[in-house]
Amino acid sequence: MTGGTITNAMRPMHDRSNGLGGGFAGYGIYPEYKDFYALHLFFDSRDTRKRCEAYLKEYFEIVHSERIPTRKIPAIKDEPMIWRFFVAPLSSMLASHQLDEKEFVARTVMHINTQMDGAYVFSSGKNMGAFKAVGFPEDVGVFYKLDEYEGYSWTAHGRYPTNTPGWWGGAHPFTLLDTSVVHNGEISSYDANRRYIEMFGYTCTLQTDTEVITYILDYLLRVQGLTLKEAANVIAAPFWNTIEREPDENARKRYAYLRTVFPSLLVTGPFSIVMGFSGGLMALNDRLKLRSMVVGEKDDKVFIASEEAAIRTMAPDAEKIWAPAGGEPVIVHVKEGAY
Amino acid sequence: MRKINAANLDHRQVNEAIRTSPDSCAIEHCCGQRFIATGMASGDISLYGTPGNALGAYLNGAKLTVYGNAQDAVGDTMNNGAIIIHGNIGDAAGYAMRGGKIYVKGNAGYRAGIHLKEYKEKVPVLLIGGRAGSFLGEYQAGGIIAVLNLASPGGKIVGNFPCTGMHGGKMFLRSDCKDILFPAQVTAQPATEEDLAQLRPYVEEFAAVFSYDAAEILHAPFTVVTPNSQNPYRQMYVAN
Repeated sequence: MTGGTITNAMRPMHDRSNGLGGGFAGYGIYPEYKDFYALHLFFDSRDTRKRCEAYLKEYFEIVHSERIPTRKIPAIKDEPMIWRFFVAPLSSMLASHQLDEKEFVARTVMHINTQMDGAYVFSSGKNMGAFKAVGFPEDVGVFYKLDEYEGYSWTAHGRYPTNTPGWWGGAHPFTLLDTSVVHNGEISSYDANRRYIEMFGYTCTLQTDTEVITYILDYLLRVQGLTLKEAANVIAAPFWNTIEREPDENARKRYAYLRTVFPSLLVTGPFSIVMGFSGGLMALNDRLKLRSMVVGEKDDKVFIASEEAAIRTMAPDAEKIWAPAGGEPVIVHVKEGAY
Repeated sequence: MRKINAANLDHRQVNEAIRTSPDSCAIEHCCGQRFIATGMASGDISLYGTPGNALGAYLNGAKLTVYGNAQDAVGDTMNNGAIIIHGNIGDAAGYAMRGGKIYVKGNAGYRAGIHLKEYKEKVPVLLIGGRAGSFLGEYQAGGIIAVLNLASPGGKIVGNFPCTGMHGGKMFLRSDCKDILFPAQVTAQPATEEDLAQLRPYVEEFAAVFSYDAAEILHAPFTVVTPNSQNPYRQMYVAN
């Protein structure tokens, strides 16, 4: 699927955003560099870029770097310098730091985002990439020439910031390694979640709540090794009185265990999120379902959106349109070997 | 009947086209345009495709028929008229509705009938042919909500936490509701003949619209939920 399809799906969703942020994540878009981490960065100046590149060279082999191609359009203004680097950590560095590759890359992202003024890593996975800007999403897709990329899964987001600034780094998706999150809503538990997750080496720098969900998911899935469903049961844990009424004893024990072990990672307040990862997507609503979410299917494709109209734009004759319950994760895996 | 192609129109253009039409019109290729037919007092409007959120908000007498699914907040603060949905309906259907009718053939999302209200002869009716999601009739203050579970019987007729904060009106569920947990502030009991007599005209109209047999629909156990005046809300937020 090209990024043009999902860009068009954002057109009828225009009124859901106010032009202060739009973005996309595409998976399977860099097959020629699929073994390298694709770092997407914003720089405020040429000097910052050179400084950052020198830093990267100390720790990584850079196999390719370039400006990310964009179209000049009137709707997108004041863009920073937007670059991508395809990199592999130097094995000597991994050995001396005694870290696995992913942890090493994650720490590099945190270092640049917290220590290097004017530089932001906004995408850091393999064979995937995030593209975001200040603007309406349908314009952002045109700006980044997404019609020229092909991938096996895509996510998109239009922003309507109410509590935090609209800036390039604040547009969704929020990513770390190959995990990306787009989010409709606002998290009441943000600061409790942030204080907890920052104990494990994450630093929230992007001035908006969704970022913390990305780090929570990275922590639960990559660091703690939970399954997708378990991670969903942590961040959208059922109410205790719902757990008590659960007829399946094993499920009841699992819900209670996860709530007890990770109470600080319960995310409250309205959210519907779509998380992208290598090989699939997971969609999840808060347990009260304070935001909308619709799922549809057509042939071998699955569509997830805040409104059915967006699905109908991509697949006018989509079937099995349904609305997942609050806290019920929808997990989609690409067929074996297809990515 | 005038046909309006909504394919490349935004919500304002769609509404202008409706308002300049004679009494009845058909809108084709709807794709997410919000606020369609807002506040309209007359007319008979058919909709094809997927109309957007807040369809028929403040509706004041017009009739809308959707040949497909509807999205969220249909009939928000509706005052009069009728909205007929031949598919499913999204979240918060009939939000704060104060008059008129919404009939849905399929399922409803979360919070259907939230804060339905009534005053004297203004008694709104929300009839759902399939099942309803959680928080059905949340803060219901009046009016009639009925869920029939006709589309795919067997599943739970309503999700979790129905009638939370209910303090007026009446809810009918076509089920014995043995598997449903209601809050302590409401009373759920088998429907009496008198209760069913109140529901019958609406079910008959629903059956005529969607080609069902009303007698068959009504020949089933119904549970009626009303606020429990013996156990009012007290000290929920502040001690008073």
